[in-house]
Amino acid sequence: MPLNTQQAEDDGQYVLVAKLDNARNMSTILKAVHFKETALVIASAMGLKVTVEDSKCIQANAFLQAGIFQEFLIKEEQVTFKINLTVLLECLNIFGSSSTPGSTTALRMCYAGYGSPLVLMLEEGGVLTNCSIKTQEPDETLDFNFCSTNVINKIIMKSECLKEAFNELDMTSEILQILMSPDKPYFRLSTFGNAGSTHSDFPKESDMVEAFNCTQTQTNRYKVSLLKPSVKALSSSVRVSIRTDNRGFLSLQFMIKNEDGQVCFVEYYCAPDEDMEEDYDS
Amino acid sequence: MRFRGKLVDIGCIQHFTRVVSTISKLAKTCTLRINQSKLYFILSERVVNGGVSIWCELTQGHFFNEFNMEGLAEDANEIFLELTPENMVKSLKSAQNAKWVKMKLTKKHTPCITFEVELPSLTSHSRTVVHDVPVSVIPKRLWDEFEEPEMPDFDVSIYMPPLKVVRNVVDRMKNLSNFVVLSANQSGELILKVETDLVSVSTHFRDLTHPQWTKDKDPNVSQTPTQTQQRDPQEFVEVRVDIRKFAQFLSSQQVGPQRVICNIVDNRIIHFFLLHDDVSLQYFMPVVSM
Repeated sequence: MPLNTQQAEDDGQYVLVAKLDNARNMSTILKAVHFKETALVIASAMGLKVTVEDSKCIQANAFLQAGIFQEFLIKEEQVTFKINLTVLLECLNIFGSSSTPGSTTALRMCYAGYGSPLVLMLEEGGVLTNCSIKTQEPDETLDFNFCSTNVINKIIMKSECLKEAFNELDMTSEILQILMSPDKPYFRLSTFGNAGSTHSDFPKESDMVEAFNCTQTQTNRYKVSLLKPSVKALSSSVRVSIRTDNRGFLSLQFMIKNEDGQVCFVEYYCAPDEDMEEDYDS
Repeated sequence: MRFRGKLVDIGCIQHFTRVVSTISKLAKTCTLRINQSKLYFILSERVVNGGVSIWCELTQGHFFNEFNMEGLAEDANEIFLELTPENMVKSLKSAQNAKWVKMKLTKKHTPCITFEVELPSLTSHSRTVVHDVPVSVIPKRLWDEFEEPEMPDFDVSIYMPPLKVVRNVVDRMKNLSNFVVLSANQSGELILKVETDLVSVSTHFRDLTHPQWTKDKDPNVSQTPTQTQQRDPQEFVEVRVDIRKFAQFLSSQQVGPQRVICNIVDNRIIHFFLLHDDVSLQYFMPVVSM
């Protein structure tokens, strides 16, 4: 078919070509990490990793594995560029962000290598949109050095119950305190705002808790302003894993199901608030 | 000067409300012109209006059951009023279930159009709501500012794709740039494009149709069909417009579905012409040079 051969010829110039029948499967995941304007994109044979950071204290990573794409071709081992995530999301949602049943936007995304723009071709209902977004020099991202061997406490729970607590976080409180313990109260979120302190307890016997592995009582404090963006990821997710390591670093992993039932992960790493470090060696 | 009209059919009341609602979303203040057969909502092209001009024409007989007007004088049998269309919308909103609506030119502490709305009632007593919409009377010496705009000698005339789709795209493009370029040809193609240092986005509509303009159908058409035919139908003409004004036009449309014609004079004029059974709306947007 002429169109496919034409595309194959064009594709010759690209180091990365990805095709998706439903652009929302990508935009929903990217929205979950959209709390700053720029993002770093790393493409490899495994898929895409999109990283957003703030204040050197928080990092969010969105994983779009190659398997969710109808086609994912990469000519190099790794391709990296920095891009304006706000603009990218506007382009992915060019036909409107509301999901009308039955209508999907098809996406073809191409990148010709260092210095080239990211090219998007989106089609819905016979209307075609072409986008060309300038890419920038990639920045170094932080390595939070969070490894599973150093994990002290881990809880996996259904996102539902955590959504309410996070949505109602007292924004007049500068910090969010997270207590995780093998003993009561097991898992407690606390804020200390103008009106007073609030505590939300989640017992380990709750139906909402799917796995509970806490070895040590830990109380850690994190800046609310840094963690609040993770609400975006939480609200699209079905399941969340909360882990803290021996330094008090927090890892939140969100499992998000897309419209085709495929699972993608978004993770947030947050460093504890330095000003109020608690001594948690018990 | 006198004016009195009564709308009885609920469909007419709702339709009239939608038309005025569209106008209110396009202009803060405008001119209401009334003669024996028609009502017009007019926004004349002035710097203070940002170069936008609107001509909306309603056939009175399709809306009003009773209609009486007496203009300024026998040889000037028209009424020109300046008003805020949003105030009319607010009055009409209370009439969406009404038995009837009366509109009357009155003199209260200031000239007004008074809306009297008879609401349905469970008892034998009537429930009436009265709204006074202040207006100012426009003197005859200014009447020539409110004449129907000339149909432009357009290069391309094309039926727009469904406005809902265009609106979705333009609403997104609005976040990327302040200006959008509309290009169209006589082969059914329309392209919307924004371009900045950071990004360029272009949306391409195909298989659109074109209106057949003839002198007989519209006496305002100065050109014959052959003039448009002399152009290479594949050749594009384009205009650059303020994206917010375009988005405002797209989101204002309450009356639908309808055919929307877009007429373009390369780099000079863009004219939208919405045709409905009993109302027509013309909208000119200022063109920013490339």
